Amino acid sequence: MTELLKIENLKVNFRTFEGVTNVLNLESLSVAKGESFGLVGESGAGKTTLAYTILKLLPIPPAFVESGVINFEGENLLKKSEGEMQKIRGKKVSMIFQDPMSTLNPVFTTGQQITRVLQHNQGLHKAQAKKKAVELMNLVKLPDPENILSKYPHELSGGQRQRIIIALAFSCGAQFLIADEPTRNLDVTIQAGVLQLIAELIRETNVTVLFIGNNLELVSLICDRVGILHRGQLVELGSIKEVAKHPAHPYTLTLLRAIPKEKREKIDLTQIALKAEEKLAEKGCRYAGRCLKKEKICLEEEPALKHIGGTHYIACHL
Amino acid sequence: MNETILSVKDLVKYFPVRGGVFTKAQWVKAVDGVNFELEKGRVLGLVGESGCGKTTLVNVLLKLEEPTSGKVFFEGTDLFNTHGQQLRRLRKNIQIVFQDPFWSLNPRWLIRNIIGEPIQVHLKPPLSQLVKMVEDLLELVGLPREAVYQYPHEFSGGQRQRIAIARALALRPKLVVLDEPTSSIDALSQAQILSLLMDLKNKMDLTYILVSHDLRVVHYMADEIAVMYLGKFVEYGDAEAIFQKPAHPYTQALFKSAPSIGAESVNDLFILPGNVPSAINPPSGCRFHTRCPQVMEICSQKEPPLVKIDRDRLAACHLLN
Repeated sequence: MTELLKIENLKVNFRTFEGVTNVLNLESLSVAKGESFGLVGESGAGKTTLAYTILKLLPIPPAFVESGVINFEGENLLKKSEGEMQKIRGKKVSMIFQDPMSTLNPVFTTGQQITRVLQHNQGLHKAQAKKKAVELMNLVKLPDPENILSKYPHELSGGQRQRIIIALAFSCGAQFLIADEPTRNLDVTIQAGVLQLIAELIRETNVTVLFIGNNLELVSLICDRVGILHRGQLVELGSIKEVAKHPAHPYTLTLLRAIPKEKREKIDLTQIALKAEEKLAEKGCRYAGRCLKKEKICLEEEPALKHIGGTHYIACHL
Repeated sequence: MNETILSVKDLVKYFPVRGGVFTKAQWVKAVDGVNFELEKGRVLGLVGESGCGKTTLVNVLLKLEEPTSGKVFFEGTDLFNTHGQQLRRLRKNIQIVFQDPFWSLNPRWLIRNIIGEPIQVHLKPPLSQLVKMVEDLLELVGLPREAVYQYPHEFSGGQRQRIAIARALALRPKLVVLDEPTSSIDALSQAQILSLLMDLKNKMDLTYILVSHDLRVVHYMADEIAVMYLGKFVEYGDAEAIFQKPAHPYTQALFKSAPSIGAESVNDLFILPGNVPSAINPPSGCRFHTRCPQVMEICSQKEPPLVKIDRDRLAACHLLN
């Protein structure tokens, strides 16, 4: 399998009043062509920052990329100019954003928004674009396309809006799709439908996916491989089966344990009642401050990702 | 048997939708005949899709909305027939934690003022005593005492929710409504908030009404569950019984559409066809019949009553009679 996306030594920092904070520190991460890669972590772990770095949408300042390479089809995206990026965004790499409420422009009809993207990115005429927009509505299984295209976002439900955003993401034949928590804020019944749609479109178009989620269960439905991100670093990496069935890193275990599954008497949530420290430690494992099993070495040395069998890697001294 | 803290009788809340010159005014039937009783010290989980009337029901219970008809009794007193001083005293006992701590805390206020406001309104203590009371509350919810002189933006989502909880508990209420308390924070903070809420419940002898669409949260917290669909309860009863064996087709659909680690692929998820129908003209007969996978002829003609189907619960479905 060939690698479509390859990230090396990526360091992204934010400048704040209190100094520079590192929010992303990835030694290496690659996503093969046709693969669905999931990224899981709590809020503030750097998931969305990674997505924005790939698309060069990061607000600079306060953010800045200290070092690193993001190779997409063998070309370093970080070296591209804004003009070149505009040709890549949407056409080669597209993104489904988190919040369907704020992604669409409230003052234009959904039809205007979709046809505009098609006209701009694919050079279609207005009539062609309209026809294509109707096809896209059918693709995402929205009934009565003409009617939906004439509506403003506020007239549609959350699920319908999210489907339109998915249609936009697939509109220009991108080979790489970043989905940033596409089902957040949706009801479970709606979420199930949207997930099935995404899975089906991925299968049909054979697109490569970076799927960002904050829970492993959801990601495991879509992805082949998953990485667990903690404070900007990958702590565990492996196939869904390996990570979900045999989690090895203490942080992954915590994430899994944090999901309430049963009646309160049966689970002990105090085990995970540890919150992240405000500041990053100078040295050592970034998880050490919250880890229940930490030892002396954890505070002194930063663990590197090491192979523990199959395609499974963890960054932990234990 | 414990004493009943809240009892709701035939509660109805309609919102008017203005008609045009030639059309008649219509009504959105947000809550349409809800009955339940809640015992002291229990946790009631309120489940349903968005638009089913959960929030409206809760707003009526807090007296933020007047009901169209029906009665709500809090410890025997009629909530909507109480005025003046008596109402003020009553309000102290029912508090709410809102869904989104990014919107529910005033960004220009110090934490002291946010948590202290209800105390000031009801107890009017001198400032030094107020500050101490706020500090005690912060400690109760696991925040540092120094936080009194900070602003909301200095806290993370989970910490803000703790502040909102501290405010709700400031007057030592008896009933606390939790409106999706963890839906806007991530899994780890969620676990912490949930365990904090259970701790506080035991410590302060609270009764909760938990509104959530996350079934796992409801399973973790609730003693009894009410499943709502278009303004009505479709299943109501003991939480464990409902989780073990959901009876109503809608409850089953809700449970089967949630992802879990056991599911191998998205195709294992159950998909309920269609959207929630409009609450202005709810479907005839059983309101769920337009989406029900097991629909029968009778369903579109006759509305099933909410009846006892076994020892622990009630359900409204023709299949079960």
